[in-house]
Parts: sequence; C-alpha cells; structure tokens
Amino acid sequence: MAIYLDHAATTPMVEACTQAVIRQLKVLGNPSSLHTFGRAARKELERAREIIARHVDCHPSEIIFTGSGTEADNTALKGLFWRGKAHGRNVVVISAIEHHAILDPAQWLTDHEGAEVILLDVDSNGLINLNQVRELLSHRADEIAVISVMSANNETGVIQPISEIVEIASDYGVAVHSDAVQSFGKVPLSFSKLGLTAMTLSGHKIGGPLGIGILVLRKGFDIPALLHGGGQERDIRSGTFNAPSIVGFATAVEEIFLDFVSHSLKVASLRVALESGIAAKMPDAYINGLSADRLPGIVNATFPGTESDTLLLLLDAEGVACSTGSACSAGVQRPSHVLLAMGHTDVSARSSLRFSIGPSNTAEDIAQTLKLLPAVLTRARAANLR
Amino acid sequence: MRLIAAMSGGVDSAVAAARAVESGHEVVGVHLALSSNPQKYRSGARGCCTIEDSHDARRAADVIGIPFYTWDMAEEFHAGVVENFISEYAIGRTPNPCLRCNGKIKFAAVLDRARAMGFDGVVTGHYATTQEGSMGKTLHRAVDASKDQSYVLSVLSVEQIAGAIFPLGDTEKVDIRKEAAARGLAVAQKPDSHDICFVPSGDNAGWLRDRLGSEVGPILDQDGNKLGEHKGAYTYTIGQRKGLGITVPTSDGSPRFVLKIEPVTNTVVVGAHEDLAVSTMYGEKPIWCGPLLDATARRGFVQVRAHGQPLPCEYFFDGSLLVARLDEPIFGLATGQAMAIYDDDRVVGSATICETAQ
Repeated sequence: MAIYLDHAATTPMVEACTQAVIRQLKVLGNPSSLHTFGRAARKELERAREIIARHVDCHPSEIIFTGSGTEADNTALKGLFWRGKAHGRNVVVISAIEHHAILDPAQWLTDHEGAEVILLDVDSNGLINLNQVRELLSHRADEIAVISVMSANNETGVIQPISEIVEIASDYGVAVHSDAVQSFGKVPLSFSKLGLTAMTLSGHKIGGPLGIGILVLRKGFDIPALLHGGGQERDIRSGTFNAPSIVGFATAVEEIFLDFVSHSLKVASLRVALESGIAAKMPDAYINGLSADRLPGIVNATFPGTESDTLLLLLDAEGVACSTGSACSAGVQRPSHVLLAMGHTDVSARSSLRFSIGPSNTAEDIAQTLKLLPAVLTRARAANLR
Repeated sequence: MRLIAAMSGGVDSAVAAARAVESGHEVVGVHLALSSNPQKYRSGARGCCTIEDSHDARRAADVIGIPFYTWDMAEEFHAGVVENFISEYAIGRTPNPCLRCNGKIKFAAVLDRARAMGFDGVVTGHYATTQEGSMGKTLHRAVDASKDQSYVLSVLSVEQIAGAIFPLGDTEKVDIRKEAAARGLAVAQKPDSHDICFVPSGDNAGWLRDRLGSEVGPILDQDGNKLGEHKGAYTYTIGQRKGLGITVPTSDGSPRFVLKIEPVTNTVVVGAHEDLAVSTMYGEKPIWCGPLLDATARRGFVQVRAHGQPLPCEYFFDGSLLVARLDEPIFGLATGQAMAIYDDDRVVGSATICETAQ
C-alpha cells in the first residue's frame, strides 16, 4: 500500500476542483474577448477571483494570477526592487531560509541589477530575529526596496512573525512581501490584517491545479512587469487568462475553507502521532523547529548517522513517499540551506527527512510508517559510508 | 537478486540495466553525480553534461520501468579519483582515472552502500564477463575484443568481483546499439564518451596547468645538454614525440622522444626511440582478481593500456612487486599506468607500474 507523505510538494486535487477544471476546459471563449463567449468566460473568471479574494481577505483587484508560485515570487521581488530602485532604494532584505523562488531572484538582482541583498538569520528553531529587523530598519530603512520573508517554511513548517515584521516596516514605509505558498489554507491568513504589500499563493499546494499561482499585490502598488503583452492583470502579468485553472483554484479554496478547522485538527493530530512515534521508537532522532509555531502537517526530522537520500530510497521501496528537501537540476540531494541556517552541519542536514501530511492521510498511514522506520534506519546507518 | 544498476546516461549501462531486469532481477537504477560545482546560493548547479546525462539515465530507467535515484558521490570521487589524478601527474606519472573510479567508486563506495542497503550487487555496462569455476567468480575478457574493458576492471578484488554483474560482455557493441533501439531507449545512438569525465574540455594539459602551475623547466638530452624549455613537466608523457618544442635538431635528423619525467627537478629528458625500449616492468600495490600470485614464474599476457594489445610475457610476484618480463620489448611505457596480467582471457590481477627496465 502506498503511503503519500509529501503533501508539501504537491497534494491531491480535490474532486470538486477536478470537475470545475473539466467544466471550464469545455467552455469556449477568451476571457479578454468582448463578445458573448468572452464575457461568459470572463464572468466565471471574475467570480473565481472574488471567491479567492474573500478567503484571502483582500480586494479582488489585488489578485494577480500567475503561472506558478515561483512566478509570483519573482514578480514581487524583482518588481518591488525596481519600484524601490526608482526612488534610490537598492537593498533587498530576505530571510536565509526562503524558497529558491526568492533566493535565486535575489541573487540574480545582485548579479545583474546591482542590488545589495541582506539575509536575515534564523535561530535554532528556524525563527527570524525581530531585533535584527528593527536594528536594520533603524539604520538603513531608506535604502531598503523590499523585505521578503516567507509566511511558513516549506521544509520545517516553522511559521514566521509576519505581522510583527510588517508593523516594524510600516513605521518606515518599507514594502513587505511574504511567500505564503505553504501556509495558505493550512493556518488562518488575512492579507489585509497582516498589512502586507504583496503575498504569494499557489494552487496545487491546497488541492487546486498545477500551473496556477497568485501574486496578491496591494492596490496602488504597481510594479514593473516581467511578462509584457496583452496587458492583463493590471498590466503586471500579461498572457491569456488560464480560466480552467483559475476556476479550479477558486473551487479548491472554497472546499478547503468549508472544512478548514476539522482538516487542520486532523492533520495536526497525525503530525503529533508521527512525532511522538519517532521520539518513542528512535530516541536519537529529533524534530527540527520543535519549539516554534509550525504548520499542522510538516514534520522535519533528523536521523543521526544516516543519509537522507538512502532513507528516501528505502522508504520509497516500502511504499512510503517523503522528501529530502530540494534537489538540484541533476537530481542530486544538497544539504538543506534551511537546516544549515538553523545551525545544522552539512552532515546533520543531510540526515534529515521531511514528512508532510495532508487531509487524505489516515492514522494507519502514520502507524505503518512508524512500523517501517526502525528497520529502514538500521539499514541506512549501515549504508552510511561518510 | 536485488541489484543496483549504475546508469551513466549512456547506451551501455541502459541496456545492461534492461538485461538485468529481463534476467529476473529486481533492479534499481542509480545515476552517480561525480562532479560538484558549488555556487553561493544554489550549490546543486553542475556541469551541463551531468544534467543531460542524469536526464538520459532517468528516461532510460522510465522506459525499462525501474525506480531511479541520483547518488551524490562527488566527495568520494574527488578524494578517490581526481586528487589522485593530480598527485600522480605531479610526481611524473600517467594515471588512468577510469580504473581508479571502478576500484574506488563504482565497485567500492557504490557496492558497499548497495550491500548495506540490502542489495546483492551492482550492474554496470562494462564490456567484460565473469565465470563461476573452481577459483570462484573470476573476471574475463568480453567477446567484443575491440570493446573489451576488462583492463579497467582489473583493479577489482575477489570480493568486488563477487558483487559485480556485467550483462554486456557476451555481445558486440553494434548489437547493443541495435538492442537499445529495439527496446525504445532514446540513448541508442548517443555517442560514446571518450574524454576523462572531469576534464570536459578534453584539454588535459590545460586542466592540469590550472592546478599544478606552469613552472618553466629544462628539456635535456641523456647527456644533460639543454635542448629547450617546457612549461610543466607533467604535460608530457613517456614516449611522446610531437609538441616537444625543441629547436636543436639531432645530428642525423632522427626524432626525439620523451624518455623520463623528473618532477623534483622539473626536468624532461628526451632521447632516441631505441632508448624507450622496455623489457621488464614492475608494479606496486597489486590487486588479485583471483588466487594470489607467488614467486613462481608463469606464462601469460600483460596489458598496459585500456585498449592495448595483450603482450606475451612471464610474470610473478616477488613478495612486494608484480613483475612482468616481456617476450618482445615495447617502446614508451609510462609509470602510473596499470599493468594487468591475463591468464588466457582471465584477469589475474593488476598493479601500478612504478619502474621499467630495458
């Protein structure tokens, strides 16, 4: 029996969403066309935008549909940087544990646009230090174009103090973006209450389709586009509307908020079961970010004396799917920059696995995984040559 | 058996994996990432070849229908193969990194890891065969003499041979390509790799210059007369004739050849062709692919290059060095190369050539 514990990578599309996508795929009409067909398609699309806006707690016009979370992150970081640069602001502040969709554009801005990137450290629990933010802003606020800190980390699930960051930044009028791809639909999130300038969401992490992301961008904060063309989405993201995926995204959002509390509680209880099982059966293992507030579904555990790619292979062979963090384009496992930033060594970072639980998991999934783990660990330790 | 198939992304290892599956084994495909190129933010960036090869290996595994993973062996490869390659050149030798990779990585690090994980052995696309007999499992030449790779496997111990599966040894290379096409493997017509994998430009001398510098030294004749200068003795190979950069001609117009490379004094010694003659070679750190040798002289063959001829000889082990006395002298033999001993088509063992005599 296959046990899927990689919901943070992608999670099954909810049935209502699949149906909505199929329905919309059969509807003729470019939503930008002015005739009856176009208007009909546009109507569905705008309805979807309003549904999502309601659950994100933003104005519908603040939603910009993109092709992925990565595109939304790139658009936000580069766009807000360029907007700031026009006013003499050249500094980009990001946390050391951002997803590569933020880290790599930040590096690109350094290499190609002369940006100065400042990395915010995290402590051993994976939390950024608000004093560092305060300190930084008190000295260099008028140089900072954008601060980008993820809402919850994709590898550890650790939730960052976003509203506190915004509160500090707003004293200085500095724009704040947050990648909320992992936390949206998992923990309560309100764009307007957080007071963010921009926020990134992704469809397939919450039971929606692949290939659809959202940049929530505050009204009045227009930024340069990455894609130029037909002028869709406030002229910030041109390209024919992907109506089926947008409608599917909205359907998934509706579904998830229908059962938000019970889903969260269920997932959280499975996480507790997995974590306490690991602690009981494997006393030298430890959970990363244990004392921080975390998403209900992510368990990042270090198993000393093993290598995570060995663990993954052995678990995969037993039918358990989990993750080792991010691999490079050739498929090679690298020590996680997130765990390294939390104080891990290369070796301990390479001994860590992420299990991510979703609503479709059962108590039996967790029990079976815990049953398999000790033997897998024994094998993996023997196979560890380093 | 449960086997790990080492899949390079080439045609041979893909067909080898497919044949292992067909023989009823449970096979898991593994691509070895051997080079690392750390960058500031994304340390996974690698040479384009690795990305393409890893992709090709993955697609072959998809077609064959086996699980596929990439194993990062960059650290082991660097420590075990690349550093050795540099240090051997630095002491005036000419190493063969492919042998080293087989002995230290594919049938060591990979095989050990595979065994610990519960696998029984490692499948590769090498052209060689094994036989089970009174001596246990022994290593032999491939049917296709032009593709035979038993030489680069002659560094495998009995224990390593026991865990090695070579499904291609009984087939001609042209038939492997046909078979790959028939199996729907996209790599059927992918060209063979020739260069040293970690020197993608193929420019060995340039690659070594970046690591060993280019200190100017003298080119001398055997009487110690200076004939010219070189920029790094390591860029020369014993027996080399072309590109010596000598402006002083010989009295009779005969060509000169590199006879000796002396790293300590950074000197290259050149001389006449007949001075290259080697009749006896000595090898250190021997590895036995079957029963241990003793001081009894036996008749057999020695091979000193990957696709070299088997040279008739008398061989024995004097307790510290493997010795081969050739029936006919050969010309230009670099130290650092492996001497592989064959009893007919069976690989007896090998050693690293440390000394030669006329």
